[in-house]
Amino acid sequence: MVEINYYIILSAVLFTIGALGVLVRRNALIIFMSIELMLNSANLAMVAFGSVLESFSGQIFVFFVIAVAAAEVAVGLALIVEIFKSKRSIDVDQMNSMKG
Amino acid sequence: MELIQEAVPTGFAYLAPWLVFAPLLGLLINLLFGQRFSERMIGLVASLASGAAFIVSVLLASTVSANHGEAIRWQLAEWIHIGTLSLDWTFRIDSLSTTMMLVVSGVGTLIHIYAIGYMHEDVRFKNDPGRFARFFVFLNLFIAAMMILVSGDSYLMLFVGWEGVGLCSFLLIGFWYELDTLGRPSWANSNAAKKAFITNRIGDFGFLIAGFIMFWALGSFQFDEVFEAAQTASPGFIVAITLFMLIGVAGKSAQIPLYVWLPDAMAGPTPVSALIHAATMVTAGVYLITRSAELYTLVPQAQYIVAMTGAVTALFAATIAVGQYDIKKVLAYSTISQLGFMVAAVGMGAFVAGMFHLITHAFFKALLFLSAGSVILGMERGHHNLAHGHNNDHAHGEGSNEEGGHGDSHGEVFDPGDMRNMGGLRRTMPVTYWLYMIGTLALAGIFPFAGFWSKDEILLDASLHYPIVYLLLSIAAFFTAFYMGRQIWMVFFGGHRSEAAAHAVESKPIITVPLMVLAALSVLGGALNLPFEGFHQLGHWLEYTLHEVESLALDYGVAGISTVLALAAIALSWFIYGRNPLRTGQPDPLKGPLGMFFTGMENKWFVDEGYFATIINPFKKLSQFLADVIDWRFWHDWFHETVIAGTYNWVSNIALNRYADQQGIDRFANGLGDVTQWLSAGARRIQNGFVRSYALSVLLGVVLILGYLILR
Amino acid sequence: MNLDLILFLVLAVVAVATAIGMLLSRNAVYSALFLVLNFITVAVFYLLLGAPFIAMAQVTVYAGAIMVLFLFVIMLLGAESLPKAEVLPWQKPLAVILGFVLIAEAAYLLITRARPLGQIAPPGDAANDPLTLQQLGMSLFQDYLLPFEVTSILLLVAMVGAIVLIRKERRVH
Repeated sequence: MVEINYYIILSAVLFTIGALGVLVRRNALIIFMSIELMLNSANLAMVAFGSVLESFSGQIFVFFVIAVAAAEVAVGLALIVEIFKSKRSIDVDQMNSMKG
Repeated sequence: MELIQEAVPTGFAYLAPWLVFAPLLGLLINLLFGQRFSERMIGLVASLASGAAFIVSVLLASTVSANHGEAIRWQLAEWIHIGTLSLDWTFRIDSLSTTMMLVVSGVGTLIHIYAIGYMHEDVRFKNDPGRFARFFVFLNLFIAAMMILVSGDSYLMLFVGWEGVGLCSFLLIGFWYELDTLGRPSWANSNAAKKAFITNRIGDFGFLIAGFIMFWALGSFQFDEVFEAAQTASPGFIVAITLFMLIGVAGKSAQIPLYVWLPDAMAGPTPVSALIHAATMVTAGVYLITRSAELYTLVPQAQYIVAMTGAVTALFAATIAVGQYDIKKVLAYSTISQLGFMVAAVGMGAFVAGMFHLITHAFFKALLFLSAGSVILGMERGHHNLAHGHNNDHAHGEGSNEEGGHGDSHGEVFDPGDMRNMGGLRRTMPVTYWLYMIGTLALAGIFPFAGFWSKDEILLDASLHYPIVYLLLSIAAFFTAFYMGRQIWMVFFGGHRSEAAAHAVESKPIITVPLMVLAALSVLGGALNLPFEGFHQLGHWLEYTLHEVESLALDYGVAGISTVLALAAIALSWFIYGRNPLRTGQPDPLKGPLGMFFTGMENKWFVDEGYFATIINPFKKLSQFLADVIDWRFWHDWFHETVIAGTYNWVSNIALNRYADQQGIDRFANGLGDVTQWLSAGARRIQNGFVRSYALSVLLGVVLILGYLILR
Repeated sequence: MNLDLILFLVLAVVAVATAIGMLLSRNAVYSALFLVLNFITVAVFYLLLGAPFIAMAQVTVYAGAIMVLFLFVIMLLGAESLPKAEVLPWQKPLAVILGFVLIAEAAYLLITRARPLGQIAPPGDAANDPLTLQQLGMSLFQDYLLPFEVTSILLLVAMVGAIVLIRKERRVH
C-alpha cells in the first residue's frame, strides 16, 4: 500500500530535475530532453491520481500528452537541425539575436 | 411738473412762476443768440426780462393787497417726497415777499438799463467786446436766483436761491477774471471772486446747520409749519437755529467776522457792485431774519447777539471807510456799515424799521454806486482823451482804444477810481455831481431825504430798548456823514488833482437817466413809512406778515440829535477837506492828528492780514504737508513703490521664480524623467537575449507564486 | 513495510538517479540513454499503478520513438563537444537555489496541507481484465472523441511541418 503522496513527491522531484536541466545545460538537445522529463513527471502524477480516484480520465489525459509530446519532439528537432545549419552550433547561449 | 393750486387762485397769483422764468428766458435767449445780437438787442432782452419780473411783482403785490394781506401759497412742482418728508417748489406771495420782489426787480431793471451804457464802454476799455452778452446772462441769472430766494415758501427754497445768488456773485465779481481792476493781467479779480464765494460758503455752512437742527427739532422746512412747531419746542433748539442762521447772515450780509469779501468784491464792474453788493444780495440776510421773526422773538438772548453784531459792524466799518482812497471802497464799507444798521434793527425786533432801511438803502446806495461808476467812466474818458490828444468835447467813440489796460502806453498805471486823482469834477460832470449829492444826503440821513426817515426809526427803536446799540449806531451815523462829506469834497470840489480829472467828460443819458429815477426815489422814499399817525404804510403792509409791529411816532428828541450829529459831521469834513482842498500828492490831513488810528483805518484794521496769518497760511501749509510729505513721499514713494511693489517683485522673482519654480518644481519634473530613464535602463538589461535567463525568470515566478500561496 | 513500498522505493531511486545522470552527463548520448532508462522505470510505475495500456504506450512511443529520434539528431549534429566559457555566471547557482526552494515548497505543501486521499492498491486481476481496457477504449472513443480526432490532425500537421522545415531550406539554395 503506497500512499499517493509518495508518487507526488517523486513527480515533484523529477519535475525539478527537469527544470534544472532546462536552466543549467547549454546544449539545446539536453534542454529538450529535460523538457520531456518534465512532461513525464506530470504524466506520472496524473496516472497516480487517476488510480486513486478510480477514474479513466487520468490515463486518457496521459494518452493525449504522449501523442502531443511526440509531435512536438518531431517539429522541435527539425527546428534544431535548421538552427544548427545556420549557426553551426547548438549552444543556446549563441542564439541571442533578440538581445534587448 | 404739475401745477397744483394750493388755494383758490385770486388775482394774479398764477403769474408767480414768471418771476423766475422771465429772467431765465432772457438769459437763455442771450446765451444762445447773444453773439449774433447787437449790444442794444442784448441789453433790451435782458432789461425786458427783468422788467417783466417787476411787472409780475407789481401785480402780485396788488393781489396781496386785494386779499387784505392774506398769504397765498402757489405750488409749482413737487420736489422730494420721502417718507414723511415732503418738499415742494412753492411760491409764497405775501406782503413781505412782494416787498422784496419789488425792490429787487425794480432796482434791478434800472441797473440793467444802466449797465447797457456802462458795459459798452467797459468792454472797450478792457478790449473784449465779445464778452458783453455774458454780463447780461449772468445778471439775469442773478435776478432769477434772487427771485427764488425771496419767493420761496420754505427755508429750503430760500436756501436754493441763497446759493444761487452766491454763485452769481462769484461769476460777476470775477467777470474780468484774467485782469485786475486796472485792466492788467493778474489773479486779483479771480482771487476776489474766490474770496467772496468761500467766505459766503462759511456762512452757508452756518445756514445749513441751522436747517438741519430745524428739520430735526421742528420737523419741517416750510415757514408756517416751522413757526407753529417752534412755539412748543425747547428754547435751546431755537437759540441754536437762530444763532447758526446769524452765521449765514454774517456771510451773506457782510457782518463781522465774514464781511471781508465785500470790499474785494469791488473788483467787479460797477453795476455788479450796485445791484448785488448794495441793493439786493446782501440784503438777503436781513430778509432771512425778518422772515424768521417768529423764531427770533422767542429767544431774546439771540436777538441781543444779533443786534450787537449789527451795531459793532456798523461802527467798525464806518471807521474803515474814513481812511479809504478808492471811491468804490468807501461805498463798500459804507454798505457794510448800513447793513449793520439793518441787522441791528431786525435784531432788536424792529423788523419794519429794518425793512424800511433796506428799501431806502437800496435806492440811495444803488444811486451812489452807479454815480461812482459814472465818475470812473468820466475819469477814464478823460485819461484817454488826454492820451490821444483829443479835445474835451469829443465824445469817447467806440474802438478808439486799441490797447488794453492803462499802464502800457501811458508809461505809468492810472487808477480812475482813486479819489486822490480826482477833484473839481463838479464843473466837468455836473449831472453826476448833483446825483451824487442827493445820494450822499440821503445816506447821511439829512431831512427830508429817505435815509433820514429810515435811519431815524432804527435809532428811535434802539434808544427805547437797547441803549448800547443806540450809542454805537449814533457814533456810526456820525462817521457815515463824515466820510461821505469827505468824499464829496475830495471828488467834486477843489482843483483838478490830475490831468484826467481836468479832461473828464459827462456820461451819456443811458447812464444818467436810470440814476435820475433812483435819485427821485431817494428823495421821496421816506414817504413809504412816515412816522406819523395815519401813515406808517410800510408798517401796516408788513403787519400782514409779521403780525406784531410796533409803530412808533416821531420822537423829536432822537431825530434832532441825529440831525445835529450829521450836520456836525459834514461841517467837520468841510473844515478838514473842503476849506483847503487837497493838492496833488498831499497826504490825507487826518494822518497827522490821528496818526496810528488813521493807519489802522487806512489798512482796514489789518483784518485780512490777520485772517491770512491765523487761518489761511497755516491751512495752506498743512495741505502742502499732507500732499507732499504724506501723500506723495510716504504713501506713493515709500509705501507703494518700496513696500508693496518691492515686496511683490521680490516674492514673484526671488521666492517664486528662483526657489519655488526653478529649484523646486523644475528639479522635481526633471527628476521624474531621470528616474524613469534610470529605471528603464535598468529594466532593459533583463532582455539579454539568452533563453536560459528567460527560463530562469519563469521558474522564479513559479516559485514566488507558490510561496505566496503557501504563505497566504 | 511491504513489498509494494519496497518496490516503489527501489524504482524511485532508479528513476531519480537516471534523471540526475541525464542532467549531469557531459556526453549527450549518455544523457539520452539515461533518459531512456528513466522512461522505462516510469513505465514500470504505470504498471504498478494499474495502467498497463499507458505503460505500453510509454515504452513504445516515448522510449521507442521519441528517444530514438533524439539519438538520431544527436548523432547527426555531433553534439558531444561543449563550447567555451560560461556567459551567464549567475545562472547555475541561482537555478540550483531555485530548484531547492521549489522542492522545499512542494514538500511543505504535501506535508502540511495535503489531505489523505487514499492508497494505491497494487493492481490485482481486475487491472488486466479486458473489460477495463474495453472501458478505456469506450471512454476514449465516446467521451473524448473530439480530442482524439484533433490529435490525429495534430500529428499530421507535425509531420507536414517537419518535412516543410527541411525542404524549404533546400529549395532556396
